[in-house]
Amino acid sequence: MAAISPQPGGIDLTETSGWRRTKNQIATVVMWSAFALVLIPLVWVLFTVIQKGARAISWKFLTGSPIPPNVMPLSFPGGMWPAILGTLEITGFAAVIAIPLGVLGAVYINEYGGNGWLAKFIAFMADVMTGVPSIVMGLFIFTIWTLHYSYSGMAGSFALACLMLPIVIRSTYEMLLLVPDELRQASYALGATKARVTLSVVLPAAVAGITSGALLAVARAAGETAPLMFVILSTQNTNANLFAGANTALSTQIFANAQSPFVGAQDRAWGAALTLIVIAFILMLGARLITARFTRNTR
Amino acid sequence: MSTVTKADPATPAGSARPLSAGRRLGDRGFALLALAAGLLVLVILVLITLSTAQQSANWFSTEGWSGIFSTVWDVQNNKFGPMAFLYGTVISSLIAIIVAVPVSVSVALLLTEVVPRRWSQPIVYVIDLLAVVPSVVWGLWGLIVFVPWLQNTVYSSLASFFDGVPVLGSLFGPPYSGTSFMTAGIVLAVMITPIITSLAREVIATVPTTDKEGAYALGATRWEMIRGAVWPHSQGGVVGAILVGLGRAMGETIAAALLIGSVPQVTSHLFAPGYSIPAGIANLFPEASGEFRSALIGMGLMLFVITILVNLGARGFVVRSTRRNKGSA
Repeated sequence: MAAISPQPGGIDLTETSGWRRTKNQIATVVMWSAFALVLIPLVWVLFTVIQKGARAISWKFLTGSPIPPNVMPLSFPGGMWPAILGTLEITGFAAVIAIPLGVLGAVYINEYGGNGWLAKFIAFMADVMTGVPSIVMGLFIFTIWTLHYSYSGMAGSFALACLMLPIVIRSTYEMLLLVPDELRQASYALGATKARVTLSVVLPAAVAGITSGALLAVARAAGETAPLMFVILSTQNTNANLFAGANTALSTQIFANAQSPFVGAQDRAWGAALTLIVIAFILMLGARLITARFTRNTR
Repeated sequence: MSTVTKADPATPAGSARPLSAGRRLGDRGFALLALAAGLLVLVILVLITLSTAQQSANWFSTEGWSGIFSTVWDVQNNKFGPMAFLYGTVISSLIAIIVAVPVSVSVALLLTEVVPRRWSQPIVYVIDLLAVVPSVVWGLWGLIVFVPWLQNTVYSSLASFFDGVPVLGSLFGPPYSGTSFMTAGIVLAVMITPIITSLAREVIATVPTTDKEGAYALGATRWEMIRGAVWPHSQGGVVGAILVGLGRAMGETIAAALLIGSVPQVTSHLFAPGYSIPAGIANLFPEASGEFRSALIGMGLMLFVITILVNLGARGFVVRSTRRNKGSA
């Protein structure tokens, strides 16, 4: 079973005593049951969301607008489109902000900072920053942006971008480490400047891994609720303008509807949950496919 | 980090003519841009501290030190003591850690030491799925599906079983409620399992193969090899992974907001409703203004400082442990 376990029996000089062998078997069983234990909530939650969400989702649910009041049943006209559009716009703009900045930050840490203390310090603090609670990012954007410029989808994008930034830095940095130094040196030998080498040799060499890491960060951000709730406010109507006016998102709609005692609201929450999970899974699957392709090509 | 020294590109060796001014300027500009992006991380962390401190100054000056370490939360009379929230944060994340750590470490060992490599990748994908399910979906499922089941079958029987038992009675006895410290703790445990597993796996993977083979050569069983060769090497790193998980659990907002019960109280009863700092901010912020809002932002700052400290400690452990393993490899 084990990849590197010795073959027992062949040259076994000391007979493994019964109790020692039993202990080993107990440990193996415990490890497998831990994995089984993890599967229980995963299967349970996915099963529930798919079962209840599939009942709620229809073409009308996905494209209708505005979002009907909580008390109304699913058959009432309207749908989740304002929230779907909000999630796509807010997360998309967050990605537009965070991915270039994160990649540049990682370029600084790996290509420019080298072994200097500043680069090491920034890399360390980026790791620490991944642990900052998402609600704190929401409060942060509220205090520095929403208080002065009022609610908008863009404020939500800022909060999500703050969450994504350290994740993108981390994953990009790990990919840049894998780029062989010979590539850089060969380019320098041709007389290229450092910026040139980074932009046209190093980054293209790592682009698959960077994209995959960025997609995972986007997938995580798309599901976030806490950073959005104070800074985008909430609306029932479609607001395609990201830069002004209250907006809404799938995650905040689920949060609001989950606490409602009305069956119509709960159905809407399940439908929105299934939509959100599908969006997140598509992003993750994209990341996995890119990773799989990348590893096959370099092998 | 590779030890190969990188060639300095500013003046390529043997270059016939120096770089043109334009190219040099572009090169310098890009370097500055990258530096600025790197510094952005530090700027954001400093700005978070400053902006939340400024917005919560009102609360700090009105309540004073005694008010800030008080458990009295009375919105009508403008008493905003955050300690009941802090208590709930600590208790629910401790429950999460106690539940998640044995499971995560076992799965990490399973992945690194038991399962052949070609099977371990699919298992990692499955564990990572837990992290892809958004927090709010865990909360929704917890509130509508998990809570009624816990309340009617698990808590009710446990509470009546432990009722009157000396110490355990005050932990598990009645009163009980579906949304409670315990419910939040269990769901938080599920949510932090992927991060603890993946960090622990990274650390365990750095244990030198020579050590492991040495243990096998001495006739150790796999379990004895794990205890004798893997554990001493990865101890520090696993503690770091646990601390990262603790930080995540303390900051986890939406699932806690839906599942912890929303009652700011300090009680030993784990099946009783409570509150946590992030949950309190999420639920109360929309209708707060004046000193109330200032108090909530202050609690956010408190949470920020605590999670930063926990994460600093965690990364310290991880960095030191990986470095030591690399040195001995």
